[in-house]
Amino acid sequence: MRDILAGSLFFGVGISVGTYLIGTFIKKRCDFFLFNPLLLSITMTIATLLVLGIDYESYNNGAKYLSYLLTPATVALAIPLYEQVRLLKKNFTAIMIGIASGVLTSFVSIFAMALLFGLGHTEYVTLLPKSITTAIGIGLSEELDGYVAITVSAIMITGLFGNIAGDAICRVLGIKHPVAKGISIGTASHVMGTSKAMEIGEVEGAMSSLSVAVAGFMTVAAAVLFEGLI
Amino acid sequence: MKYILQFEIIIAISLVGELLNRLIPLPIPASIYGMAILFTALCTGVIKLSAVKETGKFLIYIMPMMFIPATVGLLDSWSIMKEFLTAIIVISLVSTVIVMAVTGRIAQFIIKIKDKEAKR
Repeated sequence: MRDILAGSLFFGVGISVGTYLIGTFIKKRCDFFLFNPLLLSITMTIATLLVLGIDYESYNNGAKYLSYLLTPATVALAIPLYEQVRLLKKNFTAIMIGIASGVLTSFVSIFAMALLFGLGHTEYVTLLPKSITTAIGIGLSEELDGYVAITVSAIMITGLFGNIAGDAICRVLGIKHPVAKGISIGTASHVMGTSKAMEIGEVEGAMSSLSVAVAGFMTVAAAVLFEGLI
Repeated sequence: MKYILQFEIIIAISLVGELLNRLIPLPIPASIYGMAILFTALCTGVIKLSAVKETGKFLIYIMPMMFIPATVGLLDSWSIMKEFLTAIIVISLVSTVIVMAVTGRIAQFIIKIKDKEAKR
């Protein structure tokens, strides 16, 4: 049985989509913030793999076809952005200054905490791209000679956290304006946060998509200023 | 027919994005080039909204699921992360909250000032 599942092309997608479906069902029944469909699905999938003794490589052999769709889906984020282009033009200054300050804050806070934890240069530059989308983050981590696998993990942890808690954090911090909320979630937690912002509202989703692209560019451009600090 | 054409347009733009990613030596992924291309094409009217809308929205709707495989991959990088796991988790979570606070607050502040100016 184990060998059949591990060798199956459809097991990976089946278990991922299946657990996600269970996750949305639980979320519908009981609206507690930790009952986030993505978090539930990941937990259940990892648990299933561990229980059945299937390694990640066998799982991903099928599941990679889900990841494959990520590029076209990110391209499609231009659609809600276009639908909100009027708002983008109207609030252009606020959006750009907001994202730029977010990118700088990200670097400064990572630098400060890296000092606090006594991290070395490699560990520090590994974490610098943690708020940007995976594909840009991988490129940046390679360029800075970081541990790419750990950069990806930090990006995932950040994105998952933004997806789970972004809405609640904005509420607690008094960030109410939909444009501000969208760029806050997108700048801090990239595409994973954006998929949540999309559920909060069309404006939030569109602004979050824009922030992913802009914050990605700004992070790459500004990384040289910070990489040598530790 | 309509949906097939919509899907093909989005895939074709992804392809162009991929080519740009290969040709231009910058760490900018195919998806971001593609997003910029589609946005520009929509703004200039080269591509009509109706030519991509339904399929695009469907892809966005199912997007959260696409993050499952990569995140389950944390399972594999667990062993190399162990050494400074606390640092990674604390830094990731704390800086995410701070970035959200600064970005959102500053943007909201500027929007409010501009709105007041506009009312005057």
